[in-house]
Amino acid sequence: MRTSPSLLSLTIDSALLNLSNIADLSPLPDHIVLDLFLLPARTRYFLSSRHSTFESQLPLSFLPDVLRNSEIVLISETCTSLDYRVAISCFSEALYFGIELLFVFGKMSLAIRDDEIDIIIGAIRSDLTSFMNEWRPMFSRFHLIIVKDPDLKEELKIPEGFNLDVYEKSDIDRVVGSSTSVLFSGYACRYFGYLVSRKKYIISVDDDCLPARDPKGFVVDAVAQHITNLTTPATPFFFNTLYDPFTEGADFVRGYPFSLRSGVKCALSCGLWLNMADHDAPTQALKARQRNSRYVDAVMTVPAGSLVPISGINIAFDREVVGPALVPALKLAGEGKFRWETMEDIWSGLCVKVVCDHLGLGVKTGLPYVWRTDRGDPIASLKKEWEGVKLMEEVVPFFQSVRLPREATTVEDCVVEVAKAAKERLGSTDPVFARAAKAMLDWVNLWKSVGSISSSPAV
Amino acid sequence: MAEPATAREAAAPAVALLKDELDIVIPTIRNLDFLEMWRPFFQPYHLIIVQDGDPSKTIKVPEGFDYELYNRNDINRILGPKASCISFKDSACRCFGYMVSKKKYIYTIDDDCFVAKDPSGKAINALEQHIKNLLSPSTPFFFNTLYDPFREGADFVRGYPFSLREGVSTAVSHGLWLNIPDYDAPTQLVKPLERNTRYVDAVLTIPKGTLFPMCGMNLAFDRELIGPAMYFGLMGDGQPIGRYDDMWAGWCIKVICDHLGLGVKTGLPYIYHSKASNPFVNLRKEYKGIYWQEEIIPFFQQAVLPKDCTSVQKCYIELAKQVKEKLSKVDPYFDKLADAMVTWIGAWDELNPTGAALPNGKAK
Repeated sequence: MRTSPSLLSLTIDSALLNLSNIADLSPLPDHIVLDLFLLPARTRYFLSSRHSTFESQLPLSFLPDVLRNSEIVLISETCTSLDYRVAISCFSEALYFGIELLFVFGKMSLAIRDDEIDIIIGAIRSDLTSFMNEWRPMFSRFHLIIVKDPDLKEELKIPEGFNLDVYEKSDIDRVVGSSTSVLFSGYACRYFGYLVSRKKYIISVDDDCLPARDPKGFVVDAVAQHITNLTTPATPFFFNTLYDPFTEGADFVRGYPFSLRSGVKCALSCGLWLNMADHDAPTQALKARQRNSRYVDAVMTVPAGSLVPISGINIAFDREVVGPALVPALKLAGEGKFRWETMEDIWSGLCVKVVCDHLGLGVKTGLPYVWRTDRGDPIASLKKEWEGVKLMEEVVPFFQSVRLPREATTVEDCVVEVAKAAKERLGSTDPVFARAAKAMLDWVNLWKSVGSISSSPAV
Repeated sequence: MAEPATAREAAAPAVALLKDELDIVIPTIRNLDFLEMWRPFFQPYHLIIVQDGDPSKTIKVPEGFDYELYNRNDINRILGPKASCISFKDSACRCFGYMVSKKKYIYTIDDDCFVAKDPSGKAINALEQHIKNLLSPSTPFFFNTLYDPFREGADFVRGYPFSLREGVSTAVSHGLWLNIPDYDAPTQLVKPLERNTRYVDAVLTIPKGTLFPMCGMNLAFDRELIGPAMYFGLMGDGQPIGRYDDMWAGWCIKVICDHLGLGVKTGLPYIYHSKASNPFVNLRKEYKGIYWQEEIIPFFQQAVLPKDCTSVQKCYIELAKQVKEKLSKVDPYFDKLADAMVTWIGAWDELNPTGAALPNGKAK
């Protein structure tokens, strides 16, 4: 729970309105300010802002007598200005009744139930034994969806003791039809899991990633961190130099506008990787021995209007809010079974960011880290598939120039608009883009028929 | 990390980078004892001390430092009537130091900031890190999820277009603070005991089009690229507002950097901020700013500079015009401030004659 300081400016606002124009604050007694804003250890009582008493601005005399001469803590979950203004009118009442009031506006950490989370793994390799066993402490509480790459011939080896559903080629064909199932080959198989999941939060890591350790040696619970990221607000409209202000021990810095401090909903959380960072093949080939050992202890919101390459290796998202925007669309001609040979997640991530910016949703990046194991040979991958790197020269300017119309108010509508724009502007540049645009439309249709749990707008 | 490094722990670097190209500007009203702490890191450099407050007071500078010191009398003498743009009784006066400097780079620090320690216990050479930040490119056009790709051990991530990997020149390096964080008065009042103990081992470029709250406590910049825009406004004595000097400069420089294609970095290095200022005093200084920033920020977010503004001075004069047009209705203070911005540029150009129309900052 964090305390928001916004109250003070509005307290003063109200005082200035009610007392004739004050040029400076010295008439305001220090002790009132002190009592209002310093948090003593003892908290006698709290009332949620959902309590009708405060929403309807009834006087404090409505409260039971037991509250008189107690400290009252009002906790507002939403931190909206409306709550503050209500609180201000209570303040003047409180002075009249001689009640010491403490206003603590904080975001109570939402208690997320385990059954709101799906962990979705795309199995590119058949033997998941060590992967699952390493993640067991973090995963075993949750329901898992494992989607086998339709191109994978071997049987999946999955250890016991998990609550999971496994989907294979036959399932994919059955649900979406064999003509559309091509969308889900290779790394994109996980999107089938996104489609059929019925949970609110989805966490997805590549099957060659293991839990990481932080600098103190503690194992990082990537699931918990992703959930924290998704359930605390994002702050895309102004950069906070102390990074995520909702983290323990941090806050908004001086100069951060108060009206922006409640933040917006976080739709996507992009984690990072120790050991094998997500570089492209040329970079990794050039720096063959480079491994990422820097643990950056921060989560931050990617600012609105700023695009970012969102790696699919370690992500989580709010499926209810933004599900259709993660699109299995860009399939490189030489796409293969190493991340160096794909760009599908980068395209998908750019689409998500554009949609989030348009709808006023947030995207966070930073913690948690996973440990990505050494696998494959970047030079071999580069020889096999080198187009992807070149294509980004078209892809990034395209997404930077996309403007979604005001009428696109749902995620599905936004994705359709991006698909249309991709077809118009990129379709003739390379057939891979025309195919991507079509795949996006197919995906939206699939989402509507198979994937929707509700069709409520994103925000 | 919980305490600052002692003067003994701070080890002087083998080579003092840019020692003839960088000035350290320090505003002070009390004393400069803190310099003892920084001696191993600062001694090779020239200091510009701007003495605020009573000019008859003598500020004692520790032995062995090469410095020039300016008090209010000096400022009045040097600038004449233009001295009105330099604040009095506020650390905003430091920008006078930027104006008189003859060097390419400036580092500015507050006199209650000490050497911090990194998680391994090693004393942090803040100046060295700032120089590294300024000498390596920024990447404002596309966010790199591994932060500064030019740092040792990092690089661009998959999906980052190669055409954007050269980056642009870095104009500003914004450092952070351990211990007392830079909170505003309301936050200080609510969380008087909070200390920043989190060492975030990252430097990153603030993306184009994004504004940020720039703190002047631990700041370095390329004076040649952005100096004229580093005006810290009218604060303190006789002004309705205080503690928004660096904020104001930060919004101005970001808009101008975005327009000219220059980069702004934030993150490392950390310094150790030792003194928490009085929150009630701060509240009295800030509270107008707390309201006004609700109008000011949208103003800067929407500010568009015309294409023919190709130098920092031209951009700044244009901004001053827009401030007068659009923010005067918020408070007559902005009218005065806009005039002071113009005065500042006039004074800057007088003291830096070749800088009258510096060409557009080009990517190096």
